[in-house]
Amino acid sequence: MKYRGLILGVLATAILAGLTGCGNNTGDKQQAAGSGQTRYLTIKGSDTMVHLVSEWAEAFMQKVPTADLSVTGGGSGTGIAALINNTTDVCAASRSIKEKEIALAAEKNIHPTEFKVAMDGIALVVNPANPISQLTVEQVKKIFTGTVNNWKQVGGPDQPILVLSRESSSGTFVFFQEHVLDKQDYSPNARSLPGTSAMIQNIATDAWTIGYVGLGYAQQAADKVKTLAIAPAPDQPAIAPSVATINSGEYVIARPLFLYTGGEPAGLTKEFLDFALSGPGQEIVRQAGYVPLQ
Amino acid sequence: MGRDRVIQIGFVGVASSSILVVGLIFLFLFKEAAPFAKHPGLAALLDNQWIPVSFQKERFGILPLAAGTVLVTSIAMLVSVPLSALAAVYIAEVAQPLEREILKPFIEILASIPSVVLGFFGLVVLAPLIKQFFGLNTGLNALTGGLLLALMAIPTIVSVSEDAINSVPATYRNGSMALGASRMQTIWRVVVPAALPGILGAVMLGTGRVIGETMAVLMVTGNAALITANPLSPVRTMTASIAAEMGEVPFGSIHYQALFWVGIVLLLITFGLNFVARRISVRYGMMR
Repeated sequence: MKYRGLILGVLATAILAGLTGCGNNTGDKQQAAGSGQTRYLTIKGSDTMVHLVSEWAEAFMQKVPTADLSVTGGGSGTGIAALINNTTDVCAASRSIKEKEIALAAEKNIHPTEFKVAMDGIALVVNPANPISQLTVEQVKKIFTGTVNNWKQVGGPDQPILVLSRESSSGTFVFFQEHVLDKQDYSPNARSLPGTSAMIQNIATDAWTIGYVGLGYAQQAADKVKTLAIAPAPDQPAIAPSVATINSGEYVIARPLFLYTGGEPAGLTKEFLDFALSGPGQEIVRQAGYVPLQ
Repeated sequence: MGRDRVIQIGFVGVASSSILVVGLIFLFLFKEAAPFAKHPGLAALLDNQWIPVSFQKERFGILPLAAGTVLVTSIAMLVSVPLSALAAVYIAEVAQPLEREILKPFIEILASIPSVVLGFFGLVVLAPLIKQFFGLNTGLNALTGGLLLALMAIPTIVSVSEDAINSVPATYRNGSMALGASRMQTIWRVVVPAALPGILGAVMLGTGRVIGETMAVLMVTGNAALITANPLSPVRTMTASIAAEMGEVPFGSIHYQALFWVGIVLLLITFGLNFVARRISVRYGMMR
């Protein structure tokens, strides 16, 4: 008898919880069916670019009040797949489309058109007290995979190298791993930090650290950290990252960021692309920590 | 069924809603984590490395994360338990009323500082201090994390221990005094032993708080998944891994399931602690 009350009670709460849980779903589907001339545009793709594209979308919707843009991430591959299946108008991608994907799209009579909209440059930063001011890509790779662990081995003083990395959820983490570490794993001793500001803060206070951040952030913190020049190969000159050297391709730890459309853009798609490439659009690129096109 | 009966069921329902919530949490955790058991199999969780994102081979060993949690928690408890126990004895038995009026609110304020704020304090103030004191290159290590967590555990342990000491009947003290024991003898030989189960319970509560803490350790422990007992090396705790990785992990992926397994292990550890704490209380007749 004693337990019956308890069981009934648990059941009663379960039912209550179930009822309140279901109550919310009905209202969601109502669209903002405003003036009748609202135009929709969906943008899907790269997680690295979600922040940037959202900023663009917000500014664009302020400029064009009849436009309703929706931005989702999921990764470049997901975005391109959505473009091929015609479930998105625009795809954001941090890599170029592959031959195979173009062929797949052609089968469905979709002809992806590429627009380079920004550059993503990664700066290697050290403490200003560190005498090292340049490294080769190979040396960077060895430092971050852990085969080189003393500044002496790359021409510096006899001090252990403290490698700072980002969390694996960061787009920069994956880009750096793929393009600089040649898909090798990071050194197990690498400390990982939850954000760019934590990275800058630690490099600014700890003398023998090295880390990587988007160029925009390195430039903002130029008084606290030193940005290294990077040589593509040992016999080539080291290049400091800048808007100019990244756009010319001389600075190698960088990648273009693309928007793809399923054919020649027209209407709202074209308006949005034009906005992204315009002066204000590129200013948003700079504010988001990426490198604007010249 | 009369009105009384309905109201009674209503109250029992409200009171038992937490049982339901705990049950649902367990159910949900297992539901999300379950596919991992088939592929790649639970043995993958016993790996000695945690490399969830890799072009080579993804590895999901919980061991380094558990080792990190154990190391940070031990440091925190080694620091906080003696300090808090002594502080509780002082506040409850020795302090003048005025001192008590000042000490108690401040210790309680310490408990109410948000952990992100403490984490920031750790990053900007404590880490550089540790770095200088030990002549290290960086202050991001298990010791900094442990000290920060000790700060968070102290208020919990002090308040609960103090309650335990206060609940020792006055007749014990009077009896001891009447037999000619000094004040200190009374405190250490009569009051503290009588309150010990309560103090142990307080320590368990503090440990639970420390193990579950996320933000502060994420900010200061360096988050390298190493198996180590060196307090000056970086560690990655279970909570920090979940917090740092869950946000961006592809939904339903193996990595996602592995994080749920980390959650399950964490839950089992805190369950175990609570169980031990209850057993201690029951054994010494402290159950209220």
